[in-house]
Amino acid sequence: MGGAIALVFFYAPVDQDGLNQKIFYFHVPIAFTAYACFGWGAWKGFVHLWKGLSTADLESYVAVHIGVIFGAMTLITGSIWAKVSWGHWWVWSEQQLVLFLILFLFYCAYFMLRFSVDPGPQRANVSAVYAIFGVVLIPISFLAIRLAESFIHPVAFTRDGPQMAGSQFVTFCVALGSMLVLAGFLYRFELAGKRLDDRLRELREALGT
Amino acid sequence: MTAEEKYVAAAYLVVFLFVLVYVLIMAVKVNRLEREVGELAEHLLREQEHRESGDREKVEVG
Repeated sequence: MGGAIALVFFYAPVDQDGLNQKIFYFHVPIAFTAYACFGWGAWKGFVHLWKGLSTADLESYVAVHIGVIFGAMTLITGSIWAKVSWGHWWVWSEQQLVLFLILFLFYCAYFMLRFSVDPGPQRANVSAVYAIFGVVLIPISFLAIRLAESFIHPVAFTRDGPQMAGSQFVTFCVALGSMLVLAGFLYRFELAGKRLDDRLRELREALGT
Repeated sequence: MTAEEKYVAAAYLVVFLFVLVYVLIMAVKVNRLEREVGELAEHLLREQEHRESGDREKVEVG
């Protein structure tokens, strides 16, 4: 992460957009990481439904949780970037922004649904189905900018490849890698905590304390 | 510091704060789990001692 920040500020050049373009190096990798987390959550939900593994349900829940955190960071950093570039914190006419907000709110509602059902197989099944449905929104959100007629939101990746200098692309890749590693670390950390919590609860029940 | 620099700093600060708050919450949780494990271990030790002392009382000498 430190290396990525160093590359952003000391290696990647400042382009015609100005200094605010530096937000791109963290904003876009955070958004991609959020997509990856939601995708992983959906995959684990699918594994739960397919193989009936109770561990996959917990993994799906933790992935969605991390995804929502990264989603919130995407919205906030994106709003800051929009304020500098467009002069507005939010533009409702931009499909990319609105679709990401819908995706974020959809996964926020996942927690409301999950905790409105008593713990058990029913909750795990309902959560898994919901996580899988949400993943459909990811390609729509990602492609919205390419399908939109108005191009206020910049397009960094087209069919011709990344629209940036080599040094900028390297910085972007390092930032993306560091974000994925950070998300992976947080995922493992939270998962270990939740598993330990469950085991302790089982132990307490067995001991009758 | 220009307005642009302030916004860039704010964006990076937001990311840092999110990660920091998350790690702090997890640290609090780990502390709670550690305390609970300690309580359970203490409870088990007490039960074991109680069982052993009970067994000793039952043994007839001679």
